[in-house]
Amino acid sequence: MNCREALDLIHAYVDGELDLLTSVEIEQHLGACPACKVQYDQVRELASGIRSHAVYHAAPQALRARVGAALPREPGSVARAWGWGGMAAALALSTLIGLALGLVWLQPGADEQLAREVVAAHVRSLMANHLVDIASSDQHTVKPWIDGKLDFAPPVEDLAEQGYPLAGGRLDYLGGRGVMALVYRRHAHVINLFIWPQAPAADARVRFDSVQGYNLAHFSRAGMAFWAVSDVSPEEFKSFVGLVRDQMTPAR
Amino acid sequence: MPLTGPAVAAESARQRFERLCLPHLDAAYNLARWLTRNEHDAQDVVQDAYLRAFRYFEGFRGDEGRAWLLTIVRHTCYSWLQKNRPAEIDSGFDGDSAAGERAGFDPDMMAAEGGNPEAIALQNAHRRILNQAIAALPLGFREVLILRELEDLSYKEIARVVDAPVGTVMSRLARARTLLRQSAPLRAMSGLPAAEVKQ
Repeated sequence: MNCREALDLIHAYVDGELDLLTSVEIEQHLGACPACKVQYDQVRELASGIRSHAVYHAAPQALRARVGAALPREPGSVARAWGWGGMAAALALSTLIGLALGLVWLQPGADEQLAREVVAAHVRSLMANHLVDIASSDQHTVKPWIDGKLDFAPPVEDLAEQGYPLAGGRLDYLGGRGVMALVYRRHAHVINLFIWPQAPAADARVRFDSVQGYNLAHFSRAGMAFWAVSDVSPEEFKSFVGLVRDQMTPAR
Repeated sequence: MPLTGPAVAAESARQRFERLCLPHLDAAYNLARWLTRNEHDAQDVVQDAYLRAFRYFEGFRGDEGRAWLLTIVRHTCYSWLQKNRPAEIDSGFDGDSAAGERAGFDPDMMAAEGGNPEAIALQNAHRRILNQAIAALPLGFREVLILRELEDLSYKEIARVVDAPVGTVMSRLARARTLLRQSAPLRAMSGLPAAEVKQ
């Protein structure tokens, strides 16, 4: 592959749109050609800069209501669709708006390293048939089981009512220490929530990121670090993180 | 099997629409907001798009509602712009320098709190400039960039939404990023790489 061909394909390569053979060819070229490598690094940095800093405009609450009200009604379906479900959606949305306002993205460095470890732990938990050490949807079963296995007492909450049933718990190892992994299910998907003690931080904002196609979020609250990782849709993931933040940690 | 039987068969068109399309309201609004560059216009467009989508919904087969819905949102944006701000469409793929100034200041970007004020001010300035540079991109470049970077759509999905071949999507996206790298305020900020201007 020559430079012209490589430069033509750099954007598609950054976007993961090339077939395996072409990817290998461009990797070989980038390894041998510093000039093209510089171009590649710049495109990649720009793309991740846009992802991190471009504003994602979440729909205002009023619009959700407007759209719902404007849709033609069908007898019998309205109450079900816009009753409790709608209320829950509205609550989730207000949480979302709160998240969006406090939304800051991961800074490179220690968090990036940890993010990779969190994703690796998530993938491992799915691959190795070692998702849970204790399978239970009952927080009163999971919590005592943890006692004596960890030197801290993480909060445990079943979020089944909100659509994220607790599947169980597991001990895991992240950032050089033993941590609690709570496993939640969302339809066919799995969400791993890692918890460990951390010095209280002034900054309680939720930080979102995505690594290798997995959604990540982390925040620090009430002396604990919370890291969530999953492949559920971004909307569901944000709603889950909002629930964790609001229900599993004491109010500010 | 919980997913068979009369409960599923009885799902109405509206329920199916709500299940497949309402979860994408944020995506719909985000696209409309970036294309119209105005929150009130974006809300009007999204409401109109959802009504259109509901009308055409019977013709929709498949479970991935997002790309389908975004196609309609984009189409509605274009109809709206054609009617209200035709100059923005006619400007096509040439530069559109006035657009950046119109895009103005966005309070969403300044919603940081706590932490080191100077670092936050710098980050906010950085963000603001980047967001203004994106808003100043010509429509055809802006839309592929938003669909790719903020909606994480594949080239194939973007091609479907903007009704163009995959190769065109690829070259527009490359051009959009090159334009951003060449935009003067962005080059002046540290942190984002400056593009070499090619002759």
